[in-house]
Amino acid sequence: MTSAGSGLTLWQTCALSLLVFTGASQFALVGALAAGGGAFAAAAGAFFLGVRNAFYGLRLSQVLALPRAVRPFAAQWVIDETTAVTLAQPDRRAARIGFVATGLSLYILWNLTTLAGALGAEAIGDTDAWGLDAAGPAVFLALLAPMLRTTTERAVAGVAVVLGLGLLPVLPAGVPVLVAALAAPAVLWAQGRRAQKEGQR
Amino acid sequence: MSVWIAIGLTVVGCYAVKLAGLLVPAGALERPLVRRLAALLPVALLAALTAQQTFADGRELVLDARAAGLAAAAVALVLRAPFLVVVAAAVAVTAGVRALGG
Repeated sequence: MTSAGSGLTLWQTCALSLLVFTGASQFALVGALAAGGGAFAAAAGAFFLGVRNAFYGLRLSQVLALPRAVRPFAAQWVIDETTAVTLAQPDRRAARIGFVATGLSLYILWNLTTLAGALGAEAIGDTDAWGLDAAGPAVFLALLAPMLRTTTERAVAGVAVVLGLGLLPVLPAGVPVLVAALAAPAVLWAQGRRAQKEGQR
Repeated sequence: MSVWIAIGLTVVGCYAVKLAGLLVPAGALERPLVRRLAALLPVALLAALTAQQTFADGRELVLDARAAGLAAAAVALVLRAPFLVVVAAAVAVTAGVRALGG
């Protein structure tokens, strides 16, 4: 973790991983504070990066069919990785197992590595040299692939990639991914229009 | 102190958005169009995220060894390789291209 080097205490660093548990938001908060940003501006940036989790929750609540009493506890684990694993499962039972297994193992691993990093353990050297930074996107790609069953899903993914990459240099961190989410309604709208036209013929 | 304020705001904000998605009543998601939309939103978000993790360095777009690694993963997926082989292919090719100075 980079937070130890940016003036956060051990407690602050660990509190972030335990209570926020959304990697991108944590890095954004730490980065903004290190750059001398105010508390509110830094928190706002982190918040934007977390908003996509709300959209994941919409779908996850359908797939997992969680009892209302369980939802406040499950919410902390609604992140990119658990969503990708859960939605790649064939049925509800497998989806529930996938959600809990991914959530629990990532939660433990993430907090242990945070603690190790905050205690000053220099990592295993340069992990980039081993190509490990390609593992994250490769995992997402492998989980995403089975979701791209029809032309609709593929069109949505394609438009989202273009939006996410194209807007990255011009919009603040976290916002391009949110704008990319608009690919979903845009493709549905375009399909609806085409179906209407064909119906008129 | 202001660091703790920032942490507190982030904790509350990030938890609230996570919970908000889960708490939308099932009835509101019953309309076919809303259902389709809720199913497609994660696809859009994860696709954009995958692309950014492959081609972004901070806020700059770059074409480096990661792109070769992801291409290898894509080939492995097309060949219906098991999950771990797909990830291993991406890691190995990325490391290989870097070792060659890419």
